[in-house]
Formats: sequence, C-alpha cells, structure tokens
Amino acid sequence: MAKQLMKGNEAIAEAAIRAGVEAYFGYPITPQTELLEYMSKRMPELGRVFLQAESEVAAINMVYGAACAGRRVMTSSSSPGISLMQEGLSYIAASNVPAVIVDVMRGGPGLGNIAPSQSDYFQMVKMAGHGDYKPIVLAPATVQEAVDLTVLAFDLAEQYRTIVTVLLDGMLGQMMEPVELPAMRALPATPPAWAITGAAGRAKNVVVPFRLQADELEALNFDLQRKIADIARREVRFKEYFIDGANADKVHGDRAELIVVAFGAAGRVALSAVKAARQQGIRVGLHRPITLSPFPDERLSQLADEARGFLVVEMNAGQMLEDVKLSVGGQAPVRFHGRMGGQVPMPDDIAQEIEKLDGMTSRPIDHKIEGPVVLRAAVGPARKPETGRN
Amino acid sequence: MIPVEPFTEQVVFQRPRAMSATPTTYCPGCMHGVAHRLVAEAIDELGIRERAILVAPVGCSVFAYNYFEIDGVVAAHGRAPAVATGLKRTQPDKIVFTYQGDGDLASIGIAEILHAAGRGENLTVIFVNNAVYGMTGGQMAPTTLPGMKTTSSPLGRDTRTMGHPMKMCELLSQLDGAAFIARRSLHSPAEIRRAKKAIVEAFKTQMEGRGFSMVELLASCPTNWDMKPVDALKWIETHMVPIYPLGDYKTRVES
Ligand SMILES: Cc1ncc(C[n+]2csc(CCOP(=O)(O)OP(=O)(O)O)c2C)c(N)n1
Ligand code: SF4
Ligand SMILES: [Mg+2]
Repeated sequence: MAKQLMKGNEAIAEAAIRAGVEAYFGYPITPQTELLEYMSKRMPELGRVFLQAESEVAAINMVYGAACAGRRVMTSSSSPGISLMQEGLSYIAASNVPAVIVDVMRGGPGLGNIAPSQSDYFQMVKMAGHGDYKPIVLAPATVQEAVDLTVLAFDLAEQYRTIVTVLLDGMLGQMMEPVELPAMRALPATPPAWAITGAAGRAKNVVVPFRLQADELEALNFDLQRKIADIARREVRFKEYFIDGANADKVHGDRAELIVVAFGAAGRVALSAVKAARQQGIRVGLHRPITLSPFPDERLSQLADEARGFLVVEMNAGQMLEDVKLSVGGQAPVRFHGRMGGQVPMPDDIAQEIEKLDGMTSRPIDHKIEGPVVLRAAVGPARKPETGRN
Repeated sequence: MIPVEPFTEQVVFQRPRAMSATPTTYCPGCMHGVAHRLVAEAIDELGIRERAILVAPVGCSVFAYNYFEIDGVVAAHGRAPAVATGLKRTQPDKIVFTYQGDGDLASIGIAEILHAAGRGENLTVIFVNNAVYGMTGGQMAPTTLPGMKTTSSPLGRDTRTMGHPMKMCELLSQLDGAAFIARRSLHSPAEIRRAKKAIVEAFKTQMEGRGFSMVELLASCPTNWDMKPVDALKWIETHMVPIYPLGDYKTRVES
C-alpha cells in the first residue's frame, strides 16, 4: 500500500479504525485533540460509536461499559486527563476486560503546558491506578511505529484481557511523517462468551471489580500477577542500534561498550547523538525499549555484564531511570540526562554526556572495592551565570 | 375418620424470574430489597429479562448483581450512568439500567447523571434515596434533610454551612433529554404499588427509545437512622415526603 503523509494523532486514529475499534469515548485535551476530532468524523461514517464524554472520568467509565459489552474500545487523552482516568483504569484492570488507552503526554505537574514530555512514565508504567497491577505500555518513536503499535495494542488487549497503553509525547502526536496504514480488518462477528450482553439462553454474566473476602481478593490478585508474569515472559519488545549482532557497526567492533537507553521521541534524538559519538570513535549503542511494561530488564541486565556504563535520556526528571538502575543492578555506572517542562534534549547535549561517560569509565573500575557506582548528571543544561537584575 | 378434602396446589405468589434465590445481606427493614423486587417484577412483566443489563453502584446495593438473574456490572462510585452509556451505545437493543443510591447519584456522580440525562441517553435509572450514606455508616448525603442528625452532621444538618437537600427529580426534569422523571415512595403498600407502575413506565420509555428515564424511590435506612423499621417508614411519610414531593416530574411521550 502507498505511503501517505499523516499527523501522529490522526494516524493512530486511522490505525485504530482499521484494527477494528468499535467504540471511542474521549474528551478534548491538547496535544491529543486531533485524535478525538478525527474519530468524531470517521466513526459515525462507519456506523461505529463515537461519543464526546463530559469528562475524562466519564470517558474511561464509558470505555469500561463498552469493554464489558465485549466491544473493541478505546480512549485517548493527555497527562492531566490520564490522571482523572486512574480510578476507572483500576476498575478495568480488576475486571479483566480489554481496553486501549492512548496517552499523548504533555509537560507537568499541574496544568503544566502543552509541550511534549515523558512525565507520565510513572503513572502509566508503574500502576495506572490503585491496587496491584500493571498494564502493557507501548512506546512508539515514529509515526509509523505508532500506527503499528496501535494495531498491536488491540491484539494484546484482547489476548490477555488487559489494558494496553500507547504512550507517546506531544511531539510525535503533532508530527507529520509518511506512513503505511494497515488493511481494514473485519469487526468481530460476535462478542466473547464472558461479555455482558444480556442473559439470553445462558446463565447470567457479571463483572464485579471487588471481592469482599480477603482470601478471594488475594486469589484475584494472584490471577492478575500470573497474567502479568505471563506477559513479561512473552511480550518484551525493544530495538537496539549498534549494540551487537546485525546492528553492530563493522568499523568499531561488534559490541558497544557504552549503552544509551531512551524511549519514544527521546530515543529518536538519542540515536542522532549515538551516531555522532560513534563518528568520534566511541563504542556506544542505543537500547530503545518499545514495551515500557513489560520492561526489558533481562536484556539490560545481560548488557550490563559487559558494558562499561549506561546513559539514560528522558524528557522527565528520571523516571525510566529507576527501572534501568534496577536492571543494571549496580554492575555498571548509570548516568542520566533529562529535560523537563516540555524541553526536548538536544543531540549535542546527549553527545557530550556520552563523552563524559566514556571518559569516566575508560579506566577500569574494581567493583569489588568501590562497590556499585551510580553517577547522576545535573538534570538539564548548566545554567548560564545570572547577569544584571533578576 | 374425619373426611379429608382433596388438596390442589395453586401458586399465587412467587419469586420473579428476574430475581435470584440468594439470601439477602441487607439489614432488616431495609427498603433496597423491596426496590429490587419491584424492578424484577417489572422486568418479568415486560418480558425483557434476557436483554436486561444492570449497572450496580457503590453503596449498600453494590451487591444488587447478586439478587438479579440478569447480566450485571458493578461501576465505580457515581459512575454508573457512564458505564451504562458504554453498554447501551454499543448494544442499543439491550435494556440497560442503573441502580444508584443518593450519595452515589446526587453527590460524587452528579456530573455523570446530569450529562446522561442531558444527552437523552436511552437508559433507565432506579434512584434509591435514603437521605444518608448507608454503606459507610450513615454520614450526611446531599439529600440529608435540614436538621437531620447523621454521623458526619452530629448536631443536625445546618443549611447555612452544609447546604440544602439536592432535589434530583426537580433538577433533571429541566433537561430536554429527560423523557420520564418520577418520584415515588416505599413507605406503604399503596405507595409501593405506585412505585411499581412508575418503574414499568420508565422501562417502557427506554424500550420505546424515548430517552432518559429515572424513578426516584424514597426509602428508609433504619440502621443508620437509628429507628425501628416501622418507625422509619412513618418517618419517610412525615419528614421526607414534604421535602421531596411525590409525583411525575417529566412525562414526554414523543422521542
Ligand atoms: C471513590 C470512592 N469514594 C468513596 C467511597 C466510599 N463509599 C462507599 S459507599 C459510599 C456511600 C454510599 O451511599 P449511597 O449512594 O447513598 O448508597 P446507600 O449505601 O445509602 O444505599 C461511599 C462514600 C468509595 N467506595 N469510592
Ligand atoms: S445500612 Fe441502611 S441502606 Fe444499607 S442495608 Fe442497612 S438499612 Fe439498608
Ligand atoms: Mg443512601
């Protein structure tokens, strides 16, 4: 199929439609609104459900209702709206119904701003609501990847009866890139057997997001944890550049000694920096997690066996950083470069951080004596000395 | 020998098909059970059991799904109308209803109920107003009467600082999307019969696609009112009905 130039938000909407989304509920918020607007036109054209809810609180609960009906359903929002959805997400998780959430992150905290950010890593990856569970979180770095991961999101949501979040930042949502869209899928003929469709000719179905007795609630939690472990075993996805194997650069040998870890748009910028550093002869590669949950911890731990050091780059104050540190487990130093408030890290700044990491780790470190070395760079660029009045 | 008359069995009263044979967990004298039965009878009479879907709230009736022989979902506190919207929009041929308490509907869920009514969402709402938060132990609700003592208004609801009762039928009937809005009471057999008729009418409104329908039922919570069940029923009549007048607030025939 021919490629076409599309804005990230609209490409995701069209991908969802082609993946067979049957209902969309949402509330306007920048930088996600084009997704909702696109749906408001396309869904009724196709005889599918579009509804602009009165709030994100209502939207996520409408999603819950449609998911209970066994329908392919989604919503989209941006950081403050996602905060409002947390309770609903928790109910969806407790009920084991599938739902796809698109979060086009913006700067926080508070009203923050509408500029791109990755500051929802904690709120989406770590929990997305109260209770013990984790959704699947997919982090695209290009518009094409956003399209592909949106289709995957529906498949995984249904396969595991779980929440799947497509987590991107405002830059990707607003950016136009050439994309190849998937073919239009047929809608499911009948809802699944567990769906709430009326007890016609069968025993009643109920969706109950609570268990009063402690042993029953623990059993529900064990089931959830088994599912999460199953997902962790089977669904880890990442992309590596110049690290080893087919990706390795022939000139500089087959294994990177320094590993940059970055996801989404930050991963894209980091790739330019990695390429620039390699031009200077630094053996550095990029590991870009695609599933933030399940996190590629085993792979990072494996890389840490031989790597001299890690640099984490994020558009936040160091959220994924915590998972990288846990994965590296003190086997190598982990530095951090982050920008916040809607600032995007620049390739030059990242390249400088790579150079620093290279300098610091070029002498051998005796871990047995010094113990785990974890370095943390100042977040953001050095401040210019203040001159005049302030 | 005394002659025995031949005995023939005739069933004159039984559990509605839409009700489960589950022992109740509601307190003695609680009106939730009566409200459940009226809903189940209406479902049976209209022949909609196999396409009826219940959205239960958070409140004492969080257990409602246990007592109906129909499909059901438990919503988060106050969100039942939004969950019902998701169920109904994706399956317009089903009969979807919420069953909500006054804390659920008139406090935390006020946005969802207003907008469901405003959109003319083709749903039915059974609203059980017992003037307190029953499940959490009798705290003040938006529907608590002026002067009424609760566990969070121990000196009585002072309207100067705690506001006035929220009158949901009066409010919702202002909205063009609302098709049938009525208030009934469960304090006597005669009132219970009237309540049943209103519930049937509300479901019919949905079946005919006329839009949003709600029946508010004034009910007692003897446990948290600290009254004997019979006194509590009397109290509905003497104290609640004057503040919450019974009647039809909106009856729109066309869709
Ligand atoms: C978000 C949230 N806030 C608070 C609660 C605690 N809570 C449970 S039931 C309830 C009040 C229910 O009162 P009402 O709706 O009047 O129902 P009743 O029990 O009186 O029938 C509250 C506040 C909760 N479960 N969830
Ligand atoms: S606390 Fe009140 S509303 Fe709840 S079951 Fe008991 S009497 Fe009924
Ligand atoms: Mg109540």
